[in-house]
Amino acid sequence: MALPSSPTDFTLAEARDALRARAISSTELTSAFVSQVAAARPLNAFITETPERALEMAAASDVRLSAGEARPLEGLPLAIKDLFCTRGVRTTAASRILDNFVPPYESTVTQNLWDAGAVLLGKTNMDEFAMGSSNETSHFNPVVNPWRARNSNQSVVPGGSSGGSAAAVAGRLCLGATGTDTGGSIRQPAALTGVVGLKPTYGRCSRWGIVAFASSLDQAGPMARTVRDAAILLRAMASVDPKDSTSVDVPVPDYEHEIEAGVKGLRVGVPKEYRSDGAPSEIDRLWTKGIGWMRSEGAEIVDISLPHTKYALPAYYIVAPAEASSNLARYDGVRYGHRAADVRDVSDLYERSRAEGFGAEVRRRVLIGCYVLSAGYYDAYYVRAQKVRTLIARDFVKAFERCDVLLTPSTPGPAFALGEKTADPVSMYLNDVFTVPVNLAGLPAVSVPAGLTTDGLPLGLQVIGKAFDEQLVLRVARSIERAAGFDATPNAWWRAA
Amino acid sequence: MSTSAEQSSKLIRGAEGDWEVVIGMEVHAQILSKAKLFSGASASFGAEPNAQVSFIDAAMPGMLPVINRYCVEQAIRTGLGLRAKINYNSLFDRKNYFYPDLPAGYQISQYKNPIVGEGEVLLDLPRGQTVKVGIERLHLEQDAGKSLHDQRPDHSYVDLNRAGVALMEIVSRPDMRSSEEAAAFLKKLRAIVRYLGTCDGNMEEGSMRADVNVSVRRPGAPLGTRCEIKNVNSMRFIAQAVEYEARRQVDVIEEGGSVALETRLFDARVGETRPMRSKEEAHDYRYFPDPDLLPLVIEESWVAEIASGLPELPDDKKARFMRDYGISAYDAGVLVGDRELADYYEELANGIDAKQAVNWLNNEILGRLNRDGHTISDCPVSATSNNTILRLVTEGLISGKIAKDVLDIAWTAGGDPRTIVADRGLAQVTDTDAIEKAIGTVIASNPGKVEELKSKPNLLGWFVGQVMRETGGKANPQSVNTLLRARLGVPAEG
Repeated sequence: MALPSSPTDFTLAEARDALRARAISSTELTSAFVSQVAAARPLNAFITETPERALEMAAASDVRLSAGEARPLEGLPLAIKDLFCTRGVRTTAASRILDNFVPPYESTVTQNLWDAGAVLLGKTNMDEFAMGSSNETSHFNPVVNPWRARNSNQSVVPGGSSGGSAAAVAGRLCLGATGTDTGGSIRQPAALTGVVGLKPTYGRCSRWGIVAFASSLDQAGPMARTVRDAAILLRAMASVDPKDSTSVDVPVPDYEHEIEAGVKGLRVGVPKEYRSDGAPSEIDRLWTKGIGWMRSEGAEIVDISLPHTKYALPAYYIVAPAEASSNLARYDGVRYGHRAADVRDVSDLYERSRAEGFGAEVRRRVLIGCYVLSAGYYDAYYVRAQKVRTLIARDFVKAFERCDVLLTPSTPGPAFALGEKTADPVSMYLNDVFTVPVNLAGLPAVSVPAGLTTDGLPLGLQVIGKAFDEQLVLRVARSIERAAGFDATPNAWWRAA
Repeated sequence: MSTSAEQSSKLIRGAEGDWEVVIGMEVHAQILSKAKLFSGASASFGAEPNAQVSFIDAAMPGMLPVINRYCVEQAIRTGLGLRAKINYNSLFDRKNYFYPDLPAGYQISQYKNPIVGEGEVLLDLPRGQTVKVGIERLHLEQDAGKSLHDQRPDHSYVDLNRAGVALMEIVSRPDMRSSEEAAAFLKKLRAIVRYLGTCDGNMEEGSMRADVNVSVRRPGAPLGTRCEIKNVNSMRFIAQAVEYEARRQVDVIEEGGSVALETRLFDARVGETRPMRSKEEAHDYRYFPDPDLLPLVIEESWVAEIASGLPELPDDKKARFMRDYGISAYDAGVLVGDRELADYYEELANGIDAKQAVNWLNNEILGRLNRDGHTISDCPVSATSNNTILRLVTEGLISGKIAKDVLDIAWTAGGDPRTIVADRGLAQVTDTDAIEKAIGTVIASNPGKVEELKSKPNLLGWFVGQVMRETGGKANPQSVNTLLRARLGVPAEG
């Protein structure tokens, strides 16, 4: 295998092998990424860069590598979404209310990564408290997508909420990154930046130490340049955790294994409810192409119906805000985080600390959440949404009686211009229409880059699997990746900026 | 179960006829457990402020609760002790409200699906009657921390040591009809949890707290509007609070007003209740199932295992005491009200007359404990020693009077009763010669009284006293009596 000329063009798997072969040291690799990160500040992908820590960790990894004691991710530089608490490193959730918060503990997922030898490059930007689909709700300003439409200087959004992680992977600022996905926050930005993003089965990765948005939906997952890289990262991130009652005790397999096995003989379901009305969009055409690849690789295509799909988005926008309104009650200015000055009394402390500390989208969702849980509305909204959720999960169970995986578009469209949808929350929420049902059902799904729009912006396809069937999901995604031969990269315009 | 005569004695006399008071209770009992309900932090009392606070208790970002299995076991045990239905599936809910001593902004509690359902408690009232009080439910929940407003004039402080400590909220049906029954309920509940070892029942340290719902009505009328009285933190206050509140409500109604549904605080210093929160601040707690916790699923086999390890409970013990010892329902009720007292009694009554033992315990031991401000657990004379004293009486070695002296000596100086009797020469004189000799002395020195006795046979008692004094109180009074009658020619009674 011919290695790229620049170490930052390595895939994670290539870098791993190069480190083991002693073709490069972790310090060299990490230094190269530290420079990339510094050079890419116009993207605003990071909230906090940790170059010193990165180089210290790299040096420690080099000692292990030369001693032949390399662990699975030894010396590989990663970016971490700023929703994961990292001991001694500021963790903000991209919110003013946590802009000074330095956790005295490490999240289980990031601890797993460090235990596997990974190197921390920094904490990535995101939508505030993971609430958003464009990375424009961040208190630390929007992330800019490394991609631009062909012959355009117009900045486009990277998607959200894991927009910083997506941009960092797409811009070659790290070998891989962590994201979290509550309604599409890994898959949608992955699709919009041309990277691979996997949302694992609910319970596959521990939520302990991840700032909570909607507890019954939140799930951490990897974002990477290739399906193989995502598989490598997931293996390290996943674990059953006695500190998270909702984590599940299922063995963590070697996801890389059998990743090249192809789709011959598999039944790939195509749900009709994901087809857009009217003239086929670019994403519809890509989807059709993807179905063709699967068929020519030897898969059987099965037409599927998921009849309750149209209720998923409204149900999601009741359940998620309801849980968020309660989860975010702890940010009260009393023990940590932003506290309003010169308060009159305790109510004033709460009201002003929270009004000053939360941005508009977070305030909107907290209010929606309080509303749908309040007396007299609880049954009409929250209880109903939970019933819908059950029906959606049942749709998938029935579908998987007839197929092994589902193939859908990841998003209704490509990256859009900054500011294009901020005035209309509902049009923003519609970005999650293909990703949200998966969260409501707790299933694993991956977005894999499959092509470009005529304007040259990336689009992704989504593979959805049965609970804890990440291995098969990754195998199918790898097949699409291979068939699509997606090798486009953004031109690094920010370096000239 | 009470008679109608009994019923009428509980009524409150108003200006225009009688009123009935209706009482229900919500009791918060802190679970005896080393660790809190959802965090590993210590749950012990009295540590430095904020010394027992985990990241979970402080509601740091990303922290998650994990149920403490032992606390669940304690709740099941208590449910079984209340003869209640154990729910094999229950749920934890979030009760949302803002307060500085509630770090997460919500309390994890059980709202719609509690771990324990309906049960009952039998109250032992004086005169031996029994009243049944229904238990509506028992659920698990977290305690809040403590706000300290008296440290500095311009600041409030928060101590989170108590935040997250496991509580059982036990809710009764409105089945009580007097302050006496309310106090008896709390007493009985405390006895049950202490027997079970699920709560120490210590009201002073706040490990058992009662909210009392009080309403009044005309006998037989529908339930009146209730007031919830908070902060009733001792057995003594509960009766006071109920009496005050019932009278207040009767006065309000009789003066043409109506009772407002409200929460009131009992002020122990003045013995009054006063309004606590106004309706304007009424909370909407926005309950919903806690998504961080799985439904609490309990195996039937586990419940069976816990049930098989339950100790004998007060009601069973009471029945056994009445059956095996032949003591009254009242005496048995008092004894079993305190597990240590019951244990003490069983040791005391071992092999001797059970009624004599209960009288001795009530009159001699409890009297002295009361006088000295002690409880049965720090009684200076063991049950075995008291058993010995009573055996000495039965054996005729000492009189009942000397027995009390022996108890006094053992109480203050300690020592084995037999040794005390031997060393101090307290054994009864049953030797006829010695008694005859003493009788001779008394007759010889009181010829006038002997003469008088012929017309007043009642004077014999005086002679008995003199002979007892002559023998230093050690003579067997029965022998003295018999010998005196023979000597002085007074016929035996009857």
